[in-house]
Amino acid sequence: MHKKNIGESVLENLLKLNALLSSVIIFAMVLFLIFSSLPVFSVVSPFDFVFGLDWSPNYDSYGIFPMIIGSFLVTVLALVFSIPLGVGCAIFLAELAPKKVQNILRPSIEILTAIPSVVYGFVGMVLLVPLIRDVFNTNPGYSWLAASIILGIMIVPTITVLSEDAINSVPSQLKEGSLAMGATRWQTIKKVILPASLSGILSGVILGMGRAIGETMAVLMVAGNWPLIPTSIFNPVRPLTSHIILNIKEAASGSPIYYAMFATGLVLFIMVLSLNLISQYINKKYKIKWD
Amino acid sequence: MKKYISVLIGAVFISLIVGFSGCMDSTNGSNDVEEIQQVNLKISGSTTVLPIAEEAAKQFMMANKNYMIEVTGGGSGLGVKESGENLNDIGMASREIKSSELDTYPELIAYGIAKDGVAIIVHPENPVSSLTQEQIIAIYSGKITNWNEVGGDDAPITVYTRDEESGTREVFFEKALNKGNITKQAVVVASNGAMKSSVKADVNGIGYLSIGYLDSSVKGCEYEGVIPTEANVVAGTYKVSRTLNVITNGEPSAEAKAFIDFLLSSEGQQIVVEEGYISVN
Repeated sequence: MHKKNIGESVLENLLKLNALLSSVIIFAMVLFLIFSSLPVFSVVSPFDFVFGLDWSPNYDSYGIFPMIIGSFLVTVLALVFSIPLGVGCAIFLAELAPKKVQNILRPSIEILTAIPSVVYGFVGMVLLVPLIRDVFNTNPGYSWLAASIILGIMIVPTITVLSEDAINSVPSQLKEGSLAMGATRWQTIKKVILPASLSGILSGVILGMGRAIGETMAVLMVAGNWPLIPTSIFNPVRPLTSHIILNIKEAASGSPIYYAMFATGLVLFIMVLSLNLISQYINKKYKIKWD
Repeated sequence: MKKYISVLIGAVFISLIVGFSGCMDSTNGSNDVEEIQQVNLKISGSTTVLPIAEEAAKQFMMANKNYMIEVTGGGSGLGVKESGENLNDIGMASREIKSSELDTYPELIAYGIAKDGVAIIVHPENPVSSLTQEQIIAIYSGKITNWNEVGGDDAPITVYTRDEESGTREVFFEKALNKGNITKQAVVVASNGAMKSSVKADVNGIGYLSIGYLDSSVKGCEYEGVIPTEANVVAGTYKVSRTLNVITNGEPSAEAKAFIDFLLSSEGQQIVVEEGYISVN
C-alpha cells in the first residue's frame, strides 16, 4: 500500500510537470513573439502597420492590412464551400448511411486530413488554376477562388468528423421520442438532432476556420499573392501566412522585414486566439442541457 | 498502477541501454582517429549554391577522412548573417554581399565559385521570343499589359515574379529591370520550380528563372538580342547574370581555406558544371 502511494505521487508530479512545461513553452513563445516584433514599431507605427494599405519594404512602407483582409476573405469563402459539404456529410454518415457505406466513407474522409498540404497546393497549381483560367476566361487563374476551394476541401474532414461526433452524442431518447410522435426522419433531423448538436457543429466549424487561417503551403501555391485587397474572387490574394513565408525565407536578421514578419505572426496569433475564445463562448451559449 | 510502474521502469531501463551503447560507440570512434585531428566545418546559406557545396563536401570528405563537413540551406540572407555572426565556417550566397550587410559585418570576404544567368521565360506557344530591356521594364512595371504591344497576340500578359527576398529576383531587379518597379499585380511564386510550372501552364505568362532550370517546357527569351545560354553568360554578352559566392568572416581558417581552394580547383569547377552552373574559369 505504502509503495503504491510513492509510485502514484511520483507519476502525479511527473504529469504536473508536463502540464506546467507546456504552459511555460506557450507563454515563452508568446513573449518571444512580442519582443521580436517590437523593433519594427520604431520604423512604422502599430496603427500604420495593421491598417496600412501599402506593402513596399523597399520604400519603407510596411502595411499588412491587405494581407489581414486576404486571410479573412479566403477563410470565409472556404467556409461557404465546406460547411454545407461537411455538415451534410456528417448528417448522412450519422443518420442515413447504411453500415457498409459508413465503413467505406468514414475512413476515406479521414484520409483527406493525412494528405500533406503541399500536395493539395501542387494539385491546385497544375489542375485547378488552369481550369479556373479556362472556364471563367480570367487571368491569371491564381486567385481568391482557387485558394478558397483548396482550403475548403482541406477543412471538410475536420468539420465532418467533429459534427458527426456531435450528432452521435445526441441522446437516442430525443430521436426516438420525436419519431414516436410521428415526425418523419427529415423532420427529426431538422427540428431535433441539428438544434441539439448545434454547439458541437459550431465548434467543429470554428476549428476548421482556425485551420484555414493557419494553413500556409497550399494557399501560397495557388493564391497568386498580390499584396492588394481583391476586388473580385478572380483576383489573387495574399493571406498572412503566405506573406510570412514569402518574406522570412531570406530576410536578414535585424532588418525591419525580419521584425515585421514576427509582428505579422503576432497579428495572426491574436486572430486565432480570438477565434478560440469565440468558439468557447458559442459552445457555452448554445449548449443544450438534457436529462 | 503496477502496470504503469513497470512500464516506467522498462522505459528507464531501455534508455539506459541506449545511452550506454551511445557512449561505447563514441569511445570507439575517438580511438580510431586518435592520431589525426578531427576537423568540423559548417556551411550554410543559399539554396542555389547548395547542390554544388553538397557534392563538393562529399568528394572532399572522401579524399580527407578527418573532415566532417555539414552543409545546410536557408537562403543567401541567412548565409551572410551566419557568417557575420560566426555561426558557420563558410556561408553561401547566390548574390553579392549587400552594402547594408557589409555595414553590419565589415569583415566579410566573398569568393566567386560559379556563375549563373537569369533567363526571361514565356510559354513555348507565345510568338514573342525577343524583348528589349525597355519592354521588360514596361511589362514588369505594369505599363504594358497586352502581348500585342510587344509584337505578340492580342492577349493579356500575366506577370510572374518571385518573393521580395529571393536572390534570383534581386539579380533580375538589378540587371534586367535596372532597379525598375515591379507591379503589385504580379503573381508571386515561391521558387524556381514553381516559376517554371506556372509559366509552362500559362500561355500568357512571363517570368524569370535561373538558367540552370531552363528546358524545352518553357521558352527562354532573347534579352537585348542575346539568347540566355551558358556560353553567352561566360562571354559576358548576356547581361542578366550573377556570381555565386562563398563567404568567410575575415581570413578563413586553414581548414576552411582548404575547402574553398578545392571548390576553385579544376575538380571543384567540374562539380559546378555537372550541377548545371557555369565555371568561373
